[in-house]
Amino acid sequence: MINAQDVQNIQQHIYSDSKGIGDSRAAIITAHEVAVRLGNRTIWRGGTFNIRSGEFVTVVGPNGTGKSTLLRLLLGLLFPSEGHIEVFGQAPQRGNSLIGYVPQRRTLDPDLMVRARDFVAMGIDGHKWGIPLPFVSKQHHRTLVQEALDAVGATAYADRAIGRLSGGEQQRLLLAQALLGQPRLLLLDEPLASLDLQKQNTIAQLVAQVARERDIAVLLVSHDVNPLLPFTERVLYVAQGQIAIGKPDEIITTEHLTQMYDAPIEVMRDSRGRVLVFGLESAIPESGGRDKSR
Amino acid sequence: MSIVSTALASLTPFSWNPIDDLQTIFQYAFMRNAFAAGTVVAIVAGIVGYFVVLRNLSFAGHSLSHSGFAGATAAVVIGASPVSGLLVFTIGSALIMGALGKRLHGRDVIVGVVLAWTLGLGIFFLSLYSGYANQAYSILFGQILGISQNDVQVTFFTSVATLLAIILIYRPLLFASLDEEIAESRGIPTRLVGIIFLIIVALAVSAATQVVGVLLIFSLLVTPAAIAERLSTHPPMVILLSVLLAIIFTWVGLLIAFYFPYPVSFFITSFAFLAYMTVRVLPVTQEGTITLAFRTRDTPHGLKPSRF
Repeated sequence: MINAQDVQNIQQHIYSDSKGIGDSRAAIITAHEVAVRLGNRTIWRGGTFNIRSGEFVTVVGPNGTGKSTLLRLLLGLLFPSEGHIEVFGQAPQRGNSLIGYVPQRRTLDPDLMVRARDFVAMGIDGHKWGIPLPFVSKQHHRTLVQEALDAVGATAYADRAIGRLSGGEQQRLLLAQALLGQPRLLLLDEPLASLDLQKQNTIAQLVAQVARERDIAVLLVSHDVNPLLPFTERVLYVAQGQIAIGKPDEIITTEHLTQMYDAPIEVMRDSRGRVLVFGLESAIPESGGRDKSR
Repeated sequence: MSIVSTALASLTPFSWNPIDDLQTIFQYAFMRNAFAAGTVVAIVAGIVGYFVVLRNLSFAGHSLSHSGFAGATAAVVIGASPVSGLLVFTIGSALIMGALGKRLHGRDVIVGVVLAWTLGLGIFFLSLYSGYANQAYSILFGQILGISQNDVQVTFFTSVATLLAIILIYRPLLFASLDEEIAESRGIPTRLVGIIFLIIVALAVSAATQVVGVLLIFSLLVTPAAIAERLSTHPPMVILLSVLLAIIFTWVGLLIAFYFPYPVSFFITSFAFLAYMTVRVLPVTQEGTITLAFRTRDTPHGLKPSRF
C-alpha cells in the first residue's frame, strides 16, 4: 500500500521543483521533428520534445502505437527516418551505460535456475568481455549488489532462483539490475503490465522514489497512466502517428485527444484525479480491440 | 584380513588395493592416453554443457554431432583422419545454424529431417569402404580406449583453444543467455556471441565424440550440466560441479571398462543417467536446488517435489 506521506513527499518535490527550477534542468534528450518508419508504415512523426535531467515522464497511448518504438530509438536499436534526436548530447548508440533499460516482459522463463542475486549482479560488469578477475573488487561488487537489492526491497528473496519468483518480484530485480549500471536515465517498458492493482501502485512508487534519490530521469511506458499520475511530471502521448508532450492535465483532456484522434473522445476524471478515456474503440482504425487508456 | 582380500581378489578381476590397481592400469599406454583425453574432454564438455543447457541448445548439440558423423566418414573415404572431417563438418554446420539464427527456432522438424539425412550420408560413405566398419563403430559410440597419442595431442590443443574462447566470451555469453534483450541494450553483440558459442559447441562435440561417440554425446555434454543445475544456482559453482561430474563419470567409466569387456561409453552414460534420475526424484527447495530432506510437513521452507 502506498504510504500517503510518501506520495505527498514525492509530489511536493516534483511540483515545487518544476515550478521553480523546471526549465533550468539540463535537457538529456532532445528530439526535433523525429519520424520513425518501419517498412512503408510510419509509426509516428513530428516528434519534438525535450526530456530533462531527473524528470519523470510517462509514455502513454494505446497498445501498438509506437511507445516501445520510442524506447528502441533512444537505445540506438532503431534509427529515425526523419528529424534529429540526441541522448546526452550524442546520437543514440547501443550500449550507452548512462541508460538503464527494463524491457517489457511476460515473466522470465520459469526454468531459469539462476540465483536472483547473480542475475542482478550482471548489471555491474556482465557486458564486459572475459571473466571477472578472481579476487579483485569482488567484495565491492557484493556490497553494490546488496545496496541495489535493498533499494528495491528484494533482499528477502535475493537467494532464490529467479525463475521461481512472481512477476512483481522479478520486476524489482530487473530494476535493481538496471540501477547497478549507474544510469542517468531509466527506460521502463510496461513495468506494470501483468501486475495486480496493488503491486502496480507499489512498483510505481518504488521507481519514482529510487529515481528521485539518485536523480535519475525516468521514461516509463504504460498503457494505463493512472498508477503513475501521483508521480509523473509530464506525459508523452503517442497515438495515431503523432506524439505530444505536456503535463497530464494538458494532454489527457477531451479537447486535446479529440483533436489528436480526429474523433469524438471524452476524458473524465474522478474525485481523485484518475482519468478515464472513452471513445477510443471507434477512433482507432486498426482492428484488435485496444484497451482504453484509463 | 589377507585371507578375505585374497578370496575377494580371486573372485574379481581387480585387486582390492586401489594403489595396486591404478598402477596396473597406468602401465598401459592406451589407458594413460584414454585418461588424459577423457579428462580434458570432460572438462570442456562440463563447461560448454552448462551453456548448452542454459541456452536450450541440446538439440542443436545433437545435430552438430550427427553432421560430424557424416564428416568423419567422408574423411575416412578420402583418406584423411576422422577427427579432421569431424571438425570441418561440425564447424560448418555451426556457422550455418548461426547464420540462420532465429529462423531455426521451433523448426525442430526440419532440423530433424536434415539430421536423419546426414546420418544416412555417413552410412553411405562408410559403405564405400567395406573394411572400415570398426571406424564406424568408434565414431558412433566412441573408442577412447583406442585413441592414439597423436589424437590425444589434437584433442588437447582443440580443448585448450575451446577453453580460451569460453573464457573470452564468458560474461557476455552468460548475460545474453539469461536475458538477450537487456544484454543487447547494454551493447553486447548477442548475435556474434551466439555464433562464436555455436562454434565452441562444435569443437566440444568433436572432442567429446572421441570419448563417447556421436550417438551418446548427451552423456557428457548435457547430463552433467543438467545435474549440476539442480545442485546450485550460482553459475560459477554450477560450472564447477558440471565439470567434476563429467570427470567422475568419465573416470569411473574408464576404470570399469578396463576390467569388464563392455564399451566404455555404456558405463559413462549409465552412471550419468543414474545420477540424473537421482537428482530429479529428490525434492527442490525454494532456492531452486535439491535437498535430502524428504519431510514436507515440518520443514519451514515448504518443500515441493520436483516436477517431472
